[in-house]
Amino acid sequence: MENIRIKVDKVKTPSLHLSNLEITLGKVLEEEWEEKMGPTPFPTSTDLRSWDHKLLQKYKPVYLPYCDVCCLCTMGKCDLTSGKRGACGLDIWAQQSRIVLVACCIGASTHVGHARHLVEYLINRFGRDAPIDIGSKVGVEIEAPVTRLVCGIKPKKLGDLEEVLSYLEREIVQLLAATHTGQEGDNIDFESKVFHAGMIDQVGMEVADIAQISALGYPKADPEAPLVELGMGTIDSSKPMVLVIGHNVPPAAHIIDYLQDHGLMGKVEVAGICCTAHDLTRYNPKAKIVGPLSWQLRFIRSGVPDVIVVDEQCIRTDVLKEAQAIKAPVIATTAKDCQGLPDLTKEDADEIVKRIVEGQIPGALILKPEKAGEVAARVATLIAPKRMKFKVIPDVSVVIEWGKRCAQCKDTPCRRACPNDLPIPEAMDAAEKGDISKFALLYDLCIGCGRCEHACTNAAPIHSLIVASAQKQIRDEKFYVRSGRGAVQDVEIRRVGGPIVLGEIPGVIALVGCSNYPASGVEVAQIAEEFAKRRYIVVTSGCSAMSIGMYRDEEGKTIYETFPGSFDAGGVTNVGSCVANAHIAGAAIKIASIFAKRSLRGNYEEIADYIHNRVGAVGIAWGAMSQKAAAIASGFWRLGVPVIVGPHGSKYRRMLLGRSDRDEDWMVYDARTGEKVYAGPCPEHLFYAAETKEEAMVMAAKLVMRANDTAKGRAIKLSHYIDLHKKFYGVAPSDLHLFVRSESDLSVTIREEVMKVLKEKGWKEKPIPDPTLLPRMIRKEG
Amino acid sequence: MAAEPWQVAEISGPVKAFVIQKPAVVVGMMRKAQRAVLVAGHLSLQRLKEGSALDYALDIAKFGGADFVATAHIIGEVKNRGYDNAYSMPAMDIAGRLQDAEWSGLDGKGRYDLALFIGLPYYMAWTILSGLKHRATHLKTISIDKYYQPHATWSFPNLTEQAWEENLKAVKEALRGVRR
Repeated sequence: MENIRIKVDKVKTPSLHLSNLEITLGKVLEEEWEEKMGPTPFPTSTDLRSWDHKLLQKYKPVYLPYCDVCCLCTMGKCDLTSGKRGACGLDIWAQQSRIVLVACCIGASTHVGHARHLVEYLINRFGRDAPIDIGSKVGVEIEAPVTRLVCGIKPKKLGDLEEVLSYLEREIVQLLAATHTGQEGDNIDFESKVFHAGMIDQVGMEVADIAQISALGYPKADPEAPLVELGMGTIDSSKPMVLVIGHNVPPAAHIIDYLQDHGLMGKVEVAGICCTAHDLTRYNPKAKIVGPLSWQLRFIRSGVPDVIVVDEQCIRTDVLKEAQAIKAPVIATTAKDCQGLPDLTKEDADEIVKRIVEGQIPGALILKPEKAGEVAARVATLIAPKRMKFKVIPDVSVVIEWGKRCAQCKDTPCRRACPNDLPIPEAMDAAEKGDISKFALLYDLCIGCGRCEHACTNAAPIHSLIVASAQKQIRDEKFYVRSGRGAVQDVEIRRVGGPIVLGEIPGVIALVGCSNYPASGVEVAQIAEEFAKRRYIVVTSGCSAMSIGMYRDEEGKTIYETFPGSFDAGGVTNVGSCVANAHIAGAAIKIASIFAKRSLRGNYEEIADYIHNRVGAVGIAWGAMSQKAAAIASGFWRLGVPVIVGPHGSKYRRMLLGRSDRDEDWMVYDARTGEKVYAGPCPEHLFYAAETKEEAMVMAAKLVMRANDTAKGRAIKLSHYIDLHKKFYGVAPSDLHLFVRSESDLSVTIREEVMKVLKEKGWKEKPIPDPTLLPRMIRKEG
Repeated sequence: MAAEPWQVAEISGPVKAFVIQKPAVVVGMMRKAQRAVLVAGHLSLQRLKEGSALDYALDIAKFGGADFVATAHIIGEVKNRGYDNAYSMPAMDIAGRLQDAEWSGLDGKGRYDLALFIGLPYYMAWTILSGLKHRATHLKTISIDKYYQPHATWSFPNLTEQAWEENLKAVKEALRGVRR
């Protein structure tokens, strides 16, 4: 039975005048789920602490302090170098973990806040009883695996998500409270809370995405979701253009609705940057994607957008200043990012349009998505003839002029401000001589932060010079990305669950996260292509999913045109925006449920134990930048899934590294006998920053190994590991003795060669356990 | 020769690396060390006038009696140069193990008391050296990269490519002389 709810739209009597009265009398739990409730529904941070500690015993924090001091209270700054403690008693290790927890709380609250806003908006629009349906026509019966696992409930209607959100919000408040001065003091307990924040984040992402998939008509677990256009070169600059930036789609969806309702679709370009772009194309595949978040400066400065609509997350905070430089108005649409604009939410749309188009105001804060959509669409059409695509990207002659004016500072402040140490002075030097090719080469390597410009003693618009020099690349920036499909189908899990657990599909490689790449985003595409060709399952989301599309193979095809979108060996599956990351975790959870018939309901520890020991999945967040990325990663850590980040990820302050040289760290229970046995370093690390893409690929091939691999599965995984190692390192790996348990773990083609080396190292055969970290999973009686 | 981080916002804190004014400091530290290890990242493949930074690093390790660890994917380049005793290990792994005072080294013969770094991305070396500064009180660290690393015990200052090569060459030659 549902909540008992009484809703009265309007009652008017001589003594009573009521409108929009709604009374909820509580909830009667409906018991129609054959799974029994597990031990930890709606867990607090300490309910799963013992599980966290088991993982953290294997994967100890290795700290990389980003700062020697703590400055979070007025007793500081405190010098924490070399073992000193601060005024509150905290040491530098707990301080690092505390900052990681703060970051993950920021990330989790961002996703949960996003989910809360979406759910409220969708309930307001479609009602609490609107069904959750993320693919019932293709047999998706487990609609919310993460929520089922964590909360122990099956959400059926949008209204059911409110209870989940309340739980998430409560937990984030408790976690953030733990970071206050004089609360938690133990670094490992901080880390446990980090895991909890990640789990909360994962549920929040799932809530957001299943709500929007259900209500907004997105592709529903569709492996053949449409290919949509991607890249600056795809935007028709002869048309009025609305650019949307951020993650929260309702305003963008209303722009599409307005254009459709007024016969303007096709006459106005609508395109997005960052995850709103993904969700916009899920809403309507005729919309386009400009690129990942690092494309903001370059595209705004191109002058193509006539109006810029921002919602939330990963938006350049100077977007208004940049927009004003090209005479384009900004419409802010959420309370999280008001941009200092006047709140005109309650004002008439005609009046807002008039004030913006006449230049009375630089934009507006409009908190009603429908009104924001209407205003944006109307402003674009009216302002476009006035703006005439006014741009600040200069002509090539100006690039050369700036080259001549460059002071060639001895201490190269532009280069030293660049996160990737790009050789800007050399490009300036070449430009002085009329050669802009060195500037053009920087285009792909630049993350679009603009720090070089602020550092320049001449105030040269260096980023604009890079973009001006790369006009050919920009014209050719015409690619495809498969629109975000959402969840993985249950039937797909039935097909691949066994081969993944047994190791016959060598692994699931999830390429996720932001675009803070150490070099070109093409590296992400190369990683995806390498693993897809080897018939791993490649899954992707967010900015990484865009970067994967911005690359053509020798036949001129994008990866999404070459590889199918199915969750299968050799598939490249774009699940969608950041919040769609929950479907990647969901797929792993569904393997435990559908293939292994494990109960999900409030049964986190057992399922995480299953995934950790059996599901060969690895996340690669090659350009991870944000606090959200930290939270997303930590959600996977608690499930025991390792995450590799790019070299900039070392700035997350600590790694979670296993020690393959300590046999005692790799003991598991054999569930058949109850004995503790050595299972090898599988997976070897839980959080790890790779220095190069080559290292990341080799490490990913290693981290998909699991204690449970069958001999056949381990042989396949080892073959790829050895082959990738030889391909990129030029030599065979030296740690094979850790991963070969018996001769049959090696394929016939390499067995003789490898066994010879192993025997020289004194290798001994090891048993293959039925692995678990949980004593209660031991089946032996007595 | 100022102690300024290369990436200007990378301000470390109260304890900063001593600037290596003369290559002899590196030579002296290596001579004094009981057990040294040199960690070379992929950027050491950078070509200099008379060889790559990797070539200098290999010679410095060889003449200075240090173990050699190639990080990232460059072990093949090292073996191609005939250094069969070199180890391959990810930067994060060697960083973690050097933090451990109980770790007995790559060959199991005892912990290191000196670690030299070259060729890692600046910010990655920065964070790794920070971890070692705080945790590995048993270890001295030296950055022989082109740019100042404030978290090392000792570091070259920010150098031109030419000055960097001259310094690497001077260290190499001095160690070769010591070895003789």
